[in-house]
Amino acid sequence: MNHWIIAPVVLPAVMASIITLTVRFHPQLQRIFSLASCGALLAIALGLTAVAATGSIEVYELGNWPAPFGIVLVLDRLSALMVLITAALALVVLLYAIGSGWDQRGNNFHALFQFQLMGIFGAFLTGDAFNLFVFFEVLLIASYGLMIHGGGQRRLRAGVQYVIYNLLGSTLFLFALGTLYAVTGTLNMADLAERAAEIPVGESGLLRVGAVLLLLVFAIKAALLPLHFWLPETYAEAPAPVAALFAIMTKVGAYAILRMYTLVFGPEHDATADIIPPLILFAALVTLAVGMIGILGARRLGRLAAFAAIASMGTLLIAISGFRPETTAAAIYYMIHSTFAGALLFLVVDLVRSQRGEARGAMTPAPRMAQHGIIAALFFASAIASAGMPPLSGFIGKLLIMDAVRDMPEVWLIWSVILVTSLVGILGFAQAGSAIFWKTTTPEPVPEDADAAPVAATPTPALPLVASFTMLAGIIALSVFAGPVTHYTEATADQIHTPSGYINAVLGQR
Amino acid sequence: MEMLLASAIGALSAAGIYLMLRLRSFPVIIGISLLSYAVNLFLFATGRLAVNAPPVLRDGVETYTDPLPQALVLTAIVISFGMTAVIVIMALGSYLSSRSDTVNITRDTPAEQEGDA
Repeated sequence: MNHWIIAPVVLPAVMASIITLTVRFHPQLQRIFSLASCGALLAIALGLTAVAATGSIEVYELGNWPAPFGIVLVLDRLSALMVLITAALALVVLLYAIGSGWDQRGNNFHALFQFQLMGIFGAFLTGDAFNLFVFFEVLLIASYGLMIHGGGQRRLRAGVQYVIYNLLGSTLFLFALGTLYAVTGTLNMADLAERAAEIPVGESGLLRVGAVLLLLVFAIKAALLPLHFWLPETYAEAPAPVAALFAIMTKVGAYAILRMYTLVFGPEHDATADIIPPLILFAALVTLAVGMIGILGARRLGRLAAFAAIASMGTLLIAISGFRPETTAAAIYYMIHSTFAGALLFLVVDLVRSQRGEARGAMTPAPRMAQHGIIAALFFASAIASAGMPPLSGFIGKLLIMDAVRDMPEVWLIWSVILVTSLVGILGFAQAGSAIFWKTTTPEPVPEDADAAPVAATPTPALPLVASFTMLAGIIALSVFAGPVTHYTEATADQIHTPSGYINAVLGQR
Repeated sequence: MEMLLASAIGALSAAGIYLMLRLRSFPVIIGISLLSYAVNLFLFATGRLAVNAPPVLRDGVETYTDPLPQALVLTAIVISFGMTAVIVIMALGSYLSSRSDTVNITRDTPAEQEGDA
């Protein structure tokens, strides 16, 4: 048994406790511990990915209880990749939070950040449906704290909405799990897959109810229309580094859909194969359209970035809804891209807000920013990545998806929605960019120019810019090394579309 | 007994959903609590209802009740308890800062704070 599999869950938990209990009143030490933890997590994630890349599926039995009775953690290509993305994102976002001073605008940022990571890693690694619920709650309760970090009236109100929405989602999750347990008598995912396959189609009514309830829960997490209402306000109001970290939270929903509906309710499963994929596909098409129109209609940069996140989830779930190896491979590539692109956009939006004085994120004329050129370039790059224009990975991702859906019956609908909404998105980003970066004013009403100019011109320190450029470098690397990455995602897709490998690894050869 | 339990779950869920739709923080929190009671009862019933049956293996006993849902309910209770505490504190903070307990974000809430500390 490879004990490193549990490390991504245990390490942040230990670090968070140390940060709250031992170094509570030492901001610098908190930063050092938090950074050390994230660095170590990235190293561990790289190691785990190297193990998973060999194609083996590693199982970690908690408490050494064998599979259907105890809880297992499972490391396959997909979960290793998700852990790696999360670890890389977390390190960059943490650098930004420290550099921009966001972590000191309230208490306990670093501890909550570590708990959030613990929940996300756990959700990616677990092989037990109820344990997935528990890790969802861990990451949610940490996200509630992070969401209202720094306080403020509007942020608190947005936070209350976010919590209420997610509490409802958790209740639904329990109803879904209860239904599945009542039908199958197990909650281990591999065991669920075997038992669900044994149920004849004619008697699968309750199973289908459970499957659709579960889909609703994951759709809330993935901000799939019409369950996306929590996202715009939350992401626009959350502190920027937190919003950037939340870029992985919607992917937790997408990951859970990918895992559950290939393994347990797979495409070869007659009971659910005719309801789940069409539900996801049409919801995803509308999600993409609404997201891109939201980008065009946004009047503040925060909401623009939030709708860009919704649009990217739409594109991603279109690809996922294909449920065949080639679409899944494209979906996984796009998932990596949209995590980094979404996070970069939130970081850039924060840079803009911090340098525009009173105007902040509003798309109204304002004085030139201190580092106008650098930030304009960053915004331009992140807009290209988010809208899916060449040469960055958003374009490659969309191309892969459009190529992969070629065999689906709805191919023309999908192509036209993706292409038209891309145009709408480009228009939205162009409009926002020109309003923010071109229509600048000179602070005229003040006679003493020398006095007025430096007011808004407070340049950002180097570290946030370094973090933003690192994120951009990640996107460029993803575009340049698209070949090797697609090899990995194709192998991943093949692995999750042969669920017998996963089941045999968890339950032992039968 | 099935009838009694099913109607209890139904009544609790209906009341919970009705209260959540009131869109003021206090009724919403009560609604969430009722809904979590409903789901706890539901989880408890997923292991089938059996009266006077032991949940652990014992010599000479033929019928057992399923112990797993009881463990699940315990977890769910603890989590919903913690979550209720969080939402109460956040709703209080929101009420004290904006002097309004509506869940909706209305137009009179200042928008200039977006992304501000």
